[in-house]
Amino acid sequence: MRAYTPKDDVQKKPYYTDRYWVAPQVAKSDVSADAVFAADLEAIKAKFEVLDAYIQVKQMVVVINAANNFGVIELMKNELEYNQLSELSAIDWLAQEGKFEIFYQMLSMSKRKRIRVKCKIDEKESIQSLSSLFRSADWSEREMYDMFGVVVNNHPFMKRILMPDDWEGFPLRKTYPLQGDEFAQWYEVDKIFGKEAREIIGPENRDSARVDRYDTERFSRLGHEVPRGADISQGEPDTPLCYQENEGVFLIQKFDAEKSVVISDRDR
Amino acid sequence: MQQANRLRPFFENITFDRDDNELILNFGPQHPSAHGQLRLMLHLQQEQITKAHPDIGYLHRGMEKMAENMIYNEFMPTTDRMDYIASSSNNYGFALAVEELIGLDVPRRAKVIRMMLLETNRLMSHLFWLATTALDIGAMTVFLFAFREREYLMDLIEDYCGARLTHAAIRIGGVPLDLPDNFIADLRKFLDKLPENIKDYEDLLDTNRIWLMRMENVGVISKEMALSWGCSGVMLRASGVEWDIRKEEPYELYDEVEFNVPVSDKGDNYARYKLYMAEMRESAKILYQVIDMYEGTGPELMAHAPQYISAPKIDIMTQNYSLMQHFVLVTQGMRPPVGEVYVATESPKGELGYYINSQGGAYPYRLKLRAPSFWHTGILTDLLPGHYIPDVVSIIGTTNIVFGEVDR
Repeated sequence: MRAYTPKDDVQKKPYYTDRYWVAPQVAKSDVSADAVFAADLEAIKAKFEVLDAYIQVKQMVVVINAANNFGVIELMKNELEYNQLSELSAIDWLAQEGKFEIFYQMLSMSKRKRIRVKCKIDEKESIQSLSSLFRSADWSEREMYDMFGVVVNNHPFMKRILMPDDWEGFPLRKTYPLQGDEFAQWYEVDKIFGKEAREIIGPENRDSARVDRYDTERFSRLGHEVPRGADISQGEPDTPLCYQENEGVFLIQKFDAEKSVVISDRDR
Repeated sequence: MQQANRLRPFFENITFDRDDNELILNFGPQHPSAHGQLRLMLHLQQEQITKAHPDIGYLHRGMEKMAENMIYNEFMPTTDRMDYIASSSNNYGFALAVEELIGLDVPRRAKVIRMMLLETNRLMSHLFWLATTALDIGAMTVFLFAFREREYLMDLIEDYCGARLTHAAIRIGGVPLDLPDNFIADLRKFLDKLPENIKDYEDLLDTNRIWLMRMENVGVISKEMALSWGCSGVMLRASGVEWDIRKEEPYELYDEVEFNVPVSDKGDNYARYKLYMAEMRESAKILYQVIDMYEGTGPELMAHAPQYISAPKIDIMTQNYSLMQHFVLVTQGMRPPVGEVYVATESPKGELGYYINSQGGAYPYRLKLRAPSFWHTGILTDLLPGHYIPDVVSIIGTTNIVFGEVDR
């Protein structure tokens, strides 16, 4: 059998990992180390529950409950002078804990400080829109929906932004393969030629690194040039990909040492 | 059915659902003045826009997804394809984010070279902006002038890294190469000529009647609107917010150089144009200072951190352990510590941010690219209504959006 690959995370894996390797941590310092951050955190804590807070790489990270996201950002905007929402997006933790982590990157120009507000929601849960506080959230939330399928409540125009409207699947989820899923490989064929042309055209190959060595239409052969479109296979049949559980690969089922011959003559 | 006594156009196969004057105009995605693959759905009353709906995604390549499937160094050339007008600034933003994540200290010469690349890129970007915007408005001469100067800078960059558009000239931990012999002399020659060149552009444009009509009081962005839409860079500074990340949160050697941050409170196209011109002069000022800094620096170009950064070539070729280390770093990639970082830099277009979430693996767990042009395109939704069709072209021009980074 082929080695089992987990289906909840189909992203590329390193081919080798030292199993005794313990990854170091980026240092987290206590919020009290910075007076401005400490004051901001106190102000947030006075009104909302803060699950965790620390300073990492010069920025404060505040973890809150997802239900409070609008309240906390509103407080930060109106009272704490965080006047810009630079960025907002999600992180896929579905494989680990079945949750999305959503982060809001806030900037205060008067204090010259940046805070990252984070919260977690379940896969089917939705989150409150911030687009009435910051217009920039309008497009960011659409992008988050487009890429992760996180539905945002009270959004004025909850629609895909980067992918086509009729796209299926959410590209930045860990379950989504890099080169697209089955839907993706038929999308353009169906759109342009119609479903009935699938047989003739075949699925779109979305692997940009794929090279067909007999294809003289699309691939040049430097140093071994041939006329364009010439058949250079010389009658050699295709060697399709096959797996041994489909009885595609010859495998010795029973090994009998008695009947086997050891070849001693190397020149034979 | 057609009524013969009424003078109304009659189309056999079309029925009009709406009985008003609204016209929906599809602008782009292949319109030459859309600066790339921007599609705008414009609702018009006569020539006036009542509703604008930018549609993006025609250049979406899924860079964030690609980043999750690449080792860190592998992603560097991909960042070039974001803001391809000033690709070194994208390289730099990513390199800086990873350096912050692993806590690297970059040698001074590398910093100086990076500063030169960044500011050269800013000049290239601003010149390109001027050329294309002027061309959109109809000023062909300015286009030719600005491209002439940009060509010189591209040759200069080509001398440094061999590439003209997608430089990949900055590495995590430093820069790959020292400056070629003629670089500083050529750069100085260019900078000495630059004030004259800028004066040429300004002579052609500043008091040009057509230019003023198309620019003045067109596309006015208020301060609140700019902040709310997450604008940055010139888009923000033209609306009266004095915020330049190079000045406010200095990175690299920006705290050691003298430069001004030009600000305007007009918020219109003309203000943005003036700021671009002023910024070019400031970039030249920075470059002069950085050229002087180069002399006093040591020869190191890459940070010394064997766990993350390959040793210099001479060590790799002579020392076994460096070669092994290099082999592991190339095949498996560096594994930064567990943690997350958001680093913002001032790219020519605005705040270019990289958010990296590392889980200690060779591939980033999540990488979010915060490209300024994304929001500068979004603001068109609120900015265009009330304007007329010709204004669309000049407004898109001065927002300076690049679709490589809008769609990523």
